Amino acid sequence: MIDFLKRLFGQTGSSATAKERLRLVLMTDHLELAPDMIDAMKRDLVDVISRYVEVDRDRIEVNFEQQDRALAMLANIPILSVNRPPVNRAGNGNGNGNGHGRAAEPAQAAAVAAAPNVSSPGAQAATDSIVTRRRRRRKKNQSIPAGAKPATAH
Amino acid sequence: MHQLQPSFEGAASEPVRRLGRAIVVTSGKGGVGKTTTTANLGTALAQRGVSVALVDADVGLRNLDIVLGLENRIKHHLLDVLEERVTLDEALVPDKHSDRLVLLAAAQAREKDEVDTEKMRALIASLRERYEYVLIDCPAGIELGFRNAVAGADEAIVVCTPEVSAVRDVDRVVGLLGNRFRPQLVINRLRPQLVKKGKMLSVDDVNAILRLPLLGVIADEPEIIVTTNKGEPLALRKDAPTGAAYHAIAARIAGDDVPPPMPATKESFLERLGSMFGGKK
Ligand SMILES: Nc1ncnc2c1ncn2[C@@H]1O[C@H](COP(=O)(O)OP(=O)(O)OP(=O)(O)O)[C@@H](O)[C@H]1O
Ligand SMILES: [Mg+2]
Repeated sequence: MIDFLKRLFGQTGSSATAKERLRLVLMTDHLELAPDMIDAMKRDLVDVISRYVEVDRDRIEVNFEQQDRALAMLANIPILSVNRPPVNRAGNGNGNGNGHGRAAEPAQAAAVAAAPNVSSPGAQAATDSIVTRRRRRRKKNQSIPAGAKPATAH
Repeated sequence: MHQLQPSFEGAASEPVRRLGRAIVVTSGKGGVGKTTTTANLGTALAQRGVSVALVDADVGLRNLDIVLGLENRIKHHLLDVLEERVTLDEALVPDKHSDRLVLLAAAQAREKDEVDTEKMRALIASLRERYEYVLIDCPAGIELGFRNAVAGADEAIVVCTPEVSAVRDVDRVVGLLGNRFRPQLVINRLRPQLVKKGKMLSVDDVNAILRLPLLGVIADEPEIIVTTNKGEPLALRKDAPTGAAYHAIAARIAGDDVPPPMPATKESFLERLGSMFGGKK
């Protein structure tokens, strides 16, 4: 009953807006203050994607953008080659051991990763981009959003 | 005015002089109440019977003398001391209400960047040898003035109002301070009625983000304007709710186990009804 009244009279105020704005602005601030973290994240991101395709490490761009109620991470990762010999990196999450005849599969991985924004990333052109985009709402005590999640091929 | 403390090392060694605590009062954002807080906490601490030196580090925009009503007694200022034109004793002005409280005023006609950081550090160190508390009123911003005010301090009180911009700036300042200063939070100018209506960030909203030890909460208090007009800090009046709140914060700074003061809300009719029937808060 009291909860109902509270809802009726309480939560309509501007403090909810203030809270939301504060949450976003601080997330952006903390990102600006954490270049090391962003570099580390870039490295990890590239490591994961490199299991499937060869990327141009020097031309990777990672940006953050505020999109009304969330912060989005935009990663632009130029692909050099998808016809890459199999790599047996430690911790390959996909680990089906069989590296042969996978030329088509990695391309597919790229397509999934790029899903929301890129029109035709699946092509074999040497410098396609993977654009990963992922939104993530910040939970209360988490100051920095996790990196984009590379898609798995299945 | 030295605090002497017997050494625990053994009877033969020299008595160890306990250094006072140097606490910088800061916020990042301007106008949130650093000077008001410094004056009132200084007054409240002195009323507890400890010795307190207040340092106005807001060079160029001095204010603390006005809030304390001491503006007519200032003859020398911080830079006079740092540049060795006068001794510290000549520059310290005793408060009107307590001989345990002294003020070192800022220079008005000078620039913040004329302060030498190392000399400032040395000055605070010598004040700590003579006073149990040294409160430093920090200028707004995070530039040289801030760094000079912080140099020599070993603790920080951050003042924040329940506003987006103030919380953001405090977040930044706390990041700059790092762990060394163990910053504690004073939330200033809270309006409990607005919080209740959902029109102002609450104490929990603010501290869910800042996550700092809370010293206390000061209401948005019309009396503060009156007391500032008169140059008589509200902490002189323990009977006034906000005066008492400053005393509670002073007690917490001194280590007393009292809860953080909170401005009272008048309960609405519906809430009274609710609690009458055992409703949850
Ligand atoms: N709790 C309060 N209730 C009402 N008014 C207040 C309160 N605290 C401060 N004020 C008023 O707000 C104004 C700014 O306060 P103050 O000068 O203490 O802020 P400041 O942080 O020192 O500002 P600056 O950054 O310019 O040094 C003053 O007019 C003061 O009287
Ligand atoms: Mg001030």
